Amino acid sequence: MFSLLADKLQDVFKDLRGHGKITETNITDAMRAVRMALLEADVEFNVAKGFIARVKEKALGEEVLRGVHPGQQIVKIFHDELTALLGGDNEPLNLEKPARIMMVGLNGAGKTTSSAKLAMWLKKQGKAPLLIACDLHRPAAIEQLATLARQVGVPCFTPPPGEKDVLKVGRLAADWAKEQPGNVQIYDTAGRQEIDEPLIQEIKALREFLQPQEVLLVADAATGQQAVSVATHFHQALNITGLVLTKLDGDARGGAALSMRQVTQRPIKFAGIGEKLDQFEPFFPDRLAGRILGM
Amino acid sequence: IQKFSGKPVDWDELEESLIRADLGVPMMTRIMTALQGREDAEKLTAETVVKVAREEIIKVLPRDSVTLRPLASKTKVILVVGVNGTGKTTSTAKLAYFLQRKGHSVMLAAADTFRAAAIEQLGVWAERLNIDIVKGQYNSDPAALCYEAYQSADRKNVEFLICDTAGRLHTKTNLMGELGKVKRVLAKADAQAPHETLLVVDATTGGNALQQAKEFHAATGLTGVIVTKLDGSGKGGCVVAIQNELGIPTRFIGTGEKMEDLAFFESRQFVEQML
Ligand SMILES: Nc1nc2c(ncn2[C@@H]2O[C@H](COP(=O)(O)OP(=O)(O)OP(=O)(O)O)[C@@H](O)[C@H]2O)c(=O)[nH]1
Ligand SMILES: Nc1nc2c(ncn2[C@@H]2O[C@H](COP(=O)(O)OP(=O)(O)OP(=O)(O)O)[C@@H](O)[C@H]2O)c(=O)[nH]1
Ligand SMILES: [K+]
Ligand SMILES: [Mg+2]
Ligand SMILES: [Mg+2]
Repeated sequence: MFSLLADKLQDVFKDLRGHGKITETNITDAMRAVRMALLEADVEFNVAKGFIARVKEKALGEEVLRGVHPGQQIVKIFHDELTALLGGDNEPLNLEKPARIMMVGLNGAGKTTSSAKLAMWLKKQGKAPLLIACDLHRPAAIEQLATLARQVGVPCFTPPPGEKDVLKVGRLAADWAKEQPGNVQIYDTAGRQEIDEPLIQEIKALREFLQPQEVLLVADAATGQQAVSVATHFHQALNITGLVLTKLDGDARGGAALSMRQVTQRPIKFAGIGEKLDQFEPFFPDRLAGRILGM
Repeated sequence: IQKFSGKPVDWDELEESLIRADLGVPMMTRIMTALQGREDAEKLTAETVVKVAREEIIKVLPRDSVTLRPLASKTKVILVVGVNGTGKTTSTAKLAYFLQRKGHSVMLAAADTFRAAAIEQLGVWAERLNIDIVKGQYNSDPAALCYEAYQSADRKNVEFLICDTAGRLHTKTNLMGELGKVKRVLAKADAQAPHETLLVVDATTGGNALQQAKEFHAATGLTGVIVTKLDGSGKGGCVVAIQNELGIPTRFIGTGEKMEDLAFFESRQFVEQML
């Protein structure tokens, strides 16, 4: 992913490097090209605009223009801004007791799979994760999580058949967890659209009851311009603590990740890189910024 | 349109609306150029700009959507494909309900033998719809399952067989090859089968949707697109690019998680909710 953006930026910067002296016109032209590249990479309209404005402002600063290699300096500004936007270091999970993690997001984003992957990852870190099925909505969602839990080899809470009250399930699960030999609880929730007010209220109530240490917004790397709306709405309702970016094994340009990061100011904590349960890793922003620029 | 009324022509705002709809930069550029190249470009009111932009998009889209008609004396096979999580299984169930309501007989094939509980998921839908379903074992060959389902549907004179397949990213050659095999094996039963291969695209998807369509088209020869999750804030502009560049028409829209949340694709209505 990001390869198209990387290619485009390479071209733009090669052009810019070619100029001994950088003028405002050079920069404006270059930034127009970068803006288009960002939009093509699915960075949200206003996020792209703001990003370009910041890079341009810094690039037009006196030191850059009078410097020896202005082109290279602009590449550096770009890289720094991008890294800053994606977040500096990988941010670990907050596993303070009772160490509850809630997985939330749009329909089909990868919540259930990522819940199981996270359990496997935590298990490898020496933790004792518990999986908790709170999707009472999608056909066979509970069975899906229970199957994955068996594959990972961790206990799984399954709600009473036919139960439709997610708060009640949350309460039962929290009680169940107390009796289990586990120290991290992962709650898988039903997918929902961020503008579906009743469903957003439902998950908000669950969040208020559980008081989780982590609320992770799971998002598909191929998300388009909706990214900002998704992130903003989920964040407003749930005060998310981080993001999980899925399906990075494809060729999606992934600009949505930048947008979500920008509007929530929350770190991308994990990346999903395949359908298998071990295809999951902590997210390293600096590596990604480098990859975008091909550096 | 209200957003624009009463204001002077604001090209930036139009550009923003086009981008926001996930129409993609090339499509956006095309529309902007068409509009700005008009002799009356400077005299256009804000309302007209939107109207004209909509017309430009509608020009790209098909006039009528092709419906699903049964074959005279054989089972019509519909293969449902797409990347992970777009809504294939749900759309399979919705399509079955759609056809059922029109008085047709339908059978389902649970050909996603890979994802955890995928068979159970389609099984729940089959039960709700009171419809026959052919299931196999997990990790068994989806091509063999589709073949078996065809035999069964044909024997029972069922009008439509809808095969749900596993989600796969279009970049995975081996998994795309597996779909090719499903097609080849079905063709052994009926040279024309599958008669329809529908790609399920999530309206939330950005520029990647076009790439998805390209690869699935190359591997399976698509006859149409189902765009799902239009009940969310995603505008689904990606299907315009798919039509424009690949000539693959969008046939159905998904607007929710329930079985009745499926409708024919109507260009005008689609564009009006998009812009
Ligand atoms: N290729 C790939 N597929 C993934 C990844 N993560 C999840 N998936 C697939 O995406 C699809 C949807 O995943 P789920 O975990 O069911 O998504 P969900 O968000 O729980 O879906 P709902 O509960 O219906 O909202 C499945 O086919 C998963 O196998 C990933 O990182 N890469
Ligand atoms: N809001 C909304 N949700 C939808 C729509 N269509 C499907 N979904 C939801 O999207 C999620 C994924 O749907 P599935 O039908 O399981 O998707 P899939 O493509 O079969 O997924 P995989 O088989 O894992 O690749 C589920 O939560 C569905 O309920 C729609 O039109 N609107
Ligand atoms: K919509
Ligand atoms: Mg789920
Ligand atoms: Mg499915």
